[in-house]
Amino acid sequence: MSMLRRLFQPMLLVGAAALSMAANATELTVYTAVESDDLQKYAERFKATYPDITINWVRDSTGVITARLLAEKGNPQADVIWGLAATSLLVLEEEGMLARYAPEGVENLDPKFVDAAYRNGEDPAWVGMDAWVAAICYNTIEGERQGVPMPTSWEDLTQPAFEGHVIMPNPNSSGTGYLDVASWMQLWGEEQGWDYMDRLHNNIARYTHSGSAPCSLAATGEAVVGVSFAFRGARLKSQGAPIEVVFPEEGLGWDMEAAAIVAGTDKMEAAQTLMDWAVSRDANELYNEGYAVVAYPGVAQPIENYPTDITERMIDADFQWAAINRERVLAEWQRRYDSKTEQ
Amino acid sequence: MRAILFSRPTAKLSLEALVRLLMLLAGVALLVIGLLFPLFAMLVKSLQGRSGDFIGLANFVQYFQTPALVNSITNSFRMALTTTVVVVGLAFLCAYGVTRTCMPGKRLFRMLAILPILAPSLLPAISLVYLFGNQGFLRELLMGHSVYGPIGIVIGMSFWIFPHALMLLTTALTHSDARLYEAADVLGTPKWRIFLTITLPGVRYGLISCLFVVFTLAITDFGVPKIIGGQFSVLATDVYRQVVGQQNFQMGAVVSVILLLPAVLSFMVDRWIQRRQVAQLSARAVPWQPTPSPLRDWLFALMCYAVAGVILLVIGTAIYASLLQFWPYNRTFTLQHYTFQGLAGGGWEAWLNSLKLAFSVALVGTLVIFFNAWLIEKSDGYQPLRQGLHLMAMLPMAVPGMVLGLAYIFFFNQAGNPFNWMYGTMAILVLNTLVHFYTVCHLTSVTALKQLDPEFEAVGASLKVPFWTTFRRVTLPVSLPAVLDISVYLFVNAMTTVSAVVFLYNSDTRLASVAVLHLDEAGYFASAAAMAVLIFLTSLGVKLLHAALTHALLNNAQRWRQAG
Repeated sequence: MSMLRRLFQPMLLVGAAALSMAANATELTVYTAVESDDLQKYAERFKATYPDITINWVRDSTGVITARLLAEKGNPQADVIWGLAATSLLVLEEEGMLARYAPEGVENLDPKFVDAAYRNGEDPAWVGMDAWVAAICYNTIEGERQGVPMPTSWEDLTQPAFEGHVIMPNPNSSGTGYLDVASWMQLWGEEQGWDYMDRLHNNIARYTHSGSAPCSLAATGEAVVGVSFAFRGARLKSQGAPIEVVFPEEGLGWDMEAAAIVAGTDKMEAAQTLMDWAVSRDANELYNEGYAVVAYPGVAQPIENYPTDITERMIDADFQWAAINRERVLAEWQRRYDSKTEQ
Repeated sequence: MRAILFSRPTAKLSLEALVRLLMLLAGVALLVIGLLFPLFAMLVKSLQGRSGDFIGLANFVQYFQTPALVNSITNSFRMALTTTVVVVGLAFLCAYGVTRTCMPGKRLFRMLAILPILAPSLLPAISLVYLFGNQGFLRELLMGHSVYGPIGIVIGMSFWIFPHALMLLTTALTHSDARLYEAADVLGTPKWRIFLTITLPGVRYGLISCLFVVFTLAITDFGVPKIIGGQFSVLATDVYRQVVGQQNFQMGAVVSVILLLPAVLSFMVDRWIQRRQVAQLSARAVPWQPTPSPLRDWLFALMCYAVAGVILLVIGTAIYASLLQFWPYNRTFTLQHYTFQGLAGGGWEAWLNSLKLAFSVALVGTLVIFFNAWLIEKSDGYQPLRQGLHLMAMLPMAVPGMVLGLAYIFFFNQAGNPFNWMYGTMAILVLNTLVHFYTVCHLTSVTALKQLDPEFEAVGASLKVPFWTTFRRVTLPVSLPAVLDISVYLFVNAMTTVSAVVFLYNSDTRLASVAVLHLDEAGYFASAAAMAVLIFLTSLGVKLLHAALTHALLNNAQRWRQAG
């Protein structure tokens, strides 16, 4: 018996530790699509200012988080959304899922980055954080080896030389994927947009789950061209990947990362504290560490591997259009192209 | 004699009988709540519309009208059948080498061949990208074919299913009757004929059972097709995509029901065969001993070690991948990917969570499952209850992990459910994992208990010792080797499983195996490899500890076995 006890006692202790859950101060459940390599940093900076609030993150790609929020509409699990595409937040607002709140200092932000209702005297349903911008990651070594030239425009990607070499995110799961689709339609009109994607589809090797993956795959030489976004391209290049970050000449689609309070939360006070912080100068300096364009004017510093004129190259994006048509466009996209989606 | 021993004073009987009844009921409740109710909730869900109204078979009609979804059925069957042929073929040859030849290094081979079980099925898939991907150092071997798709799926699944098949076939081939072979020899029967008329018929039940086990594992596997499947969809990845990607729970339930069918069917065939296998080997059989035959022995050794080499290559590749700075362009070594720097929630916390889960499941699961098996095996009375418990204990084997995980969402996430508090906690992960791997542990317990003389309980009762004391003082210590086997089995599976828990974790209970999946999805391939290797090393460590412990136990506490 003593043998048994000796054997099981440590196990019992670990088992007990596993089952006991430490109680904490206010816990906020925050849904986010922020890049996971930055998430910890966001949490730490916030925690440094507000040690009493603990954030429980639920992170996934934009489309997944959006679908999840919609699915939980009847019984919302999230208190705050911090770092989700503005187009998604507009959809959620349409569903009446956001609680209006004017964070302290929201008046300092660039008006473009705040819910339009704020300009009409209402409290905003959401506030923007930063802009994330479409870009193409091109592997120079593989491009040369496999005879695939460096693209300079979106149109280039439909050329025969690119057949089977292009990877792009699935817009159903990825916010980057959807901003690409939405921006092509805004650039050329819907019909031309579908025509372009039909031709592009011929060259696509596969559609990935996340918006980062195409750039990561290009960076490791699994693909030559990855349709992705500037943040990931710039970061991978800094890490030594042999890639060029290409900003297509027709214009760059973009979306905003934004924050909002979920209607019905029973932790309103903590949620408002988080929102106040999310629009602060400190927070915007934090966003600027990864993103060249942020909501707080005058904060942005140039970032390595980003072009300096990036704001001029961003298209005049119509988020309202992108939000209203989101469901319809995604359903049609799925009907046409889902066969090449990564599982 | 037995009858006298079993008749106990009535007062005593009532208390003990009550406790026994309550414990049996608790065992039944565990599996009803942890298995039957969730599965029922899932069946109901598949017949509901988005808003929860009953719509009959409309979801199924929609499923069969969507070509992209229906294709997965044929895809899944093709992959599972191919994998079955490859794995069972290879495993049969290797098992034959281990049992029927005098090849050198049998023990080493068996040790190496078990390694894939210790890794999550995501690991071989990650290695395959490094081996055969567009930058892979062996990509020429595929002669221009892409590893993303059927080829990758079959290789990846073969890797992690192989040990299961090898164990089953080794057991089947071990039992043989030397008298038959002698007779054949005397009659001058050619070798091939001996093989066809004695060897094969002798293992036919084990072989068929192995075919079905491998098929079930292959058709329900999620990790390999998720990572290496490219655009090639199978049923298990469809469940994930419908649920996680599109939050279409109804369609997820429909695919789950479809995935459940082949698994249940193959399970029933297997049970039917198992029942026929009884008493195939008579007590008079003389175990057959192989005689040396240099050419044959070396050929088998060569083949077995080729297989072991592939296993080592795959595991080695994952380790290599996790140590490179930036593959393939900067091949300097670094431990940086093991820091999981800045990958929130996906790093060491996830590993710690997995460790907590694995220890909890190993501890709770072993005691619960073994005790339940003991109640079934060593009690008298409550026949229907005991039989029902046994039947339910066999069921989890037929339920794919994806299906069980999804079923848990449907059941435990209902607002009115009294067990709703479990949702999103470690407790639901423990329960889910325990139920998911219940069957094998139950069978191991039953086998171990059947070896014990029923007189132990009878004597205990006649000495007026309550049954729980007999259990604690005699049965449990005596069965310690089996109990340890079960706990290690549960530990390793809790560490490596991804299919069920991928639906059930939340932000504080993220698991290492799920982190591998997410890191890969987000494009952090080296970190994904590092996490997979970490899981493998943890399982390996526990397995080695187990081996040492068992060895020590057999030397000390179990002396009676040798003496007896």
